[in-house]
Amino acid sequence: MKGVFNMKHNKGLTFFTVCVYLFIFAPVVIIIMTAFGPDEVIAFPPKGFSLKWFVNIFTSDMFMKTFSISIQVAVIATIIALIIGVPAAYAMSRFDFKGKGLIKNIFFSSIIVPGIVFGFSIFNFIIIKWKLPIYTSLLIGHIIIILPYIIRVVASSLEGFDYSIEEAAVSLGASRLKTFFLVVFPNITSGVIAAFMLAFINSFNNVPISIFLTGPGVSTLPIKMMSYVEYYYDPTISALSVTLMIMTIGIMFIVERTLGLSYFSK
Amino acid sequence: MKKKWFYTLLIPGLTLIIVFLFIPLIYTIGSTFIGEEGYSFARYIEFLKDGYYIKIFNRTLRIALITSLVCMILGMPVAYYISRTKKSVRGIFIACTVFPLLTNSVVRSFAWMTILGSNGVINKLLMNLNIIDKPLKLLYTESAIIIGTVYLFLPLMVVSLVGVMENIENDLLEAAESLGANRIKAFFKVIFPLSVPGLIVGCVLVFTGAFTAYTTPQLLGGNTNIVLSTLVYQRAMTLGDWTGASVVATVMIVTTLTVIGVINKLASRLNERGV
Repeated sequence: MKGVFNMKHNKGLTFFTVCVYLFIFAPVVIIIMTAFGPDEVIAFPPKGFSLKWFVNIFTSDMFMKTFSISIQVAVIATIIALIIGVPAAYAMSRFDFKGKGLIKNIFFSSIIVPGIVFGFSIFNFIIIKWKLPIYTSLLIGHIIIILPYIIRVVASSLEGFDYSIEEAAVSLGASRLKTFFLVVFPNITSGVIAAFMLAFINSFNNVPISIFLTGPGVSTLPIKMMSYVEYYYDPTISALSVTLMIMTIGIMFIVERTLGLSYFSK
Repeated sequence: MKKKWFYTLLIPGLTLIIVFLFIPLIYTIGSTFIGEEGYSFARYIEFLKDGYYIKIFNRTLRIALITSLVCMILGMPVAYYISRTKKSVRGIFIACTVFPLLTNSVVRSFAWMTILGSNGVINKLLMNLNIIDKPLKLLYTESAIIIGTVYLFLPLMVVSLVGVMENIENDLLEAAESLGANRIKAFFKVIFPLSVPGLIVGCVLVFTGAFTAYTTPQLLGGNTNIVLSTLVYQRAMTLGDWTGASVVATVMIVTTLTVIGVINKLASRLNERGV
């Protein structure tokens, strides 16, 4: 019982922890309950049971369209970021070279830059000055913010890889590219899947970049939700929130199976 | 290695970041220093003199500081508790902590709108209990923003701390207690110093996150509680004042980097002293 030392008798600490998790989950429970309420305005506790708000979001053109744009942007941005990020992670974990620290810092720099500042800079420079289309700019912005996640996850799954296997394949005459796909890649597929999932959800959830990059026919779901709650107080957003939470749980399940959620506390 | 062929693997990513992150940023920051006659700091002097801007700056700083402090006070005991549980239980706690982190910030802020609003859960409850007869103004206040940002960033603090606290051996605590330290004392003399690295990471993440958050202040703060990030958006998109927005953006970046620098300096000083 070593692992539970100090815990058995400490009722105060247990109580404190339970309270904090109540604080974290009470709002989630409230949202879920209000999503099934029949009233026209959000009521808690709801005075009945109805699925009409779920029907409402799936029949609303506005939400379905921005939902599909969000999915599209997240998938395309993630795939491009993987194509760019996997080779970069491989190069940085495989080789030692001058300036590696600097290059790492450059790849991770988008984490330090406040999202709203980056979003504004893209708008200010790429849209206003370079006149690039909004959709392209949105993709570029999302690729840059998710690249660090991909590099970090892929690099951590390359950590335990024994590169002598790769050398053996090369010395037997396989090309570098072929070796990568036949020898290295199969060993990191679970890392790549996890990277895909985390990058996807981060792009999907993004607000500060996307808020500057809306235009005719281009707007992501979180941005639409934000403008909706400024004017309406009905359970549509609750129902949408429940739908998004189910998506999050699905993604967490895949991440747990591939990378392990303990990755977050490392 | 004959040739540094692997550099080509890094070039696409580096190019993308330099062209679409660095250059736009440099352009945005640089443009604020160009006055009518060459370079000038005039816009920053104006910013510092303007009471309205200073008020917003102070409010943002205050929110970020209180949020960091509250996350620390709530996060330390919780992370400590989680780090002492069995591995299987710990997994469940980690999953419960990661779930809010991966949930959309609009959803998480919206939840507090339904709780704090004038028709919200708290006001309804208090009115049904006849404690108040008119709804209290809870939403669209600075406190609402702080509740929202604590809610947003507490999980981040917890996961940063759990990672470090997990590695603290129970033997150390047993030793401290057998030497006569009570539980609280053992915590401050043994656990706390050893968890400083996680605390620093957590504080940097929470502070910069709360200082630059956009969604939560926008939804929970309303029009009267503007913070720097909502000011950038308002200047740029509502008023079309791109230079003004650039000035505020620069102030945000400089403050964030300064705070990260100061926290890291403090951390290395603490390490030197071997606390």
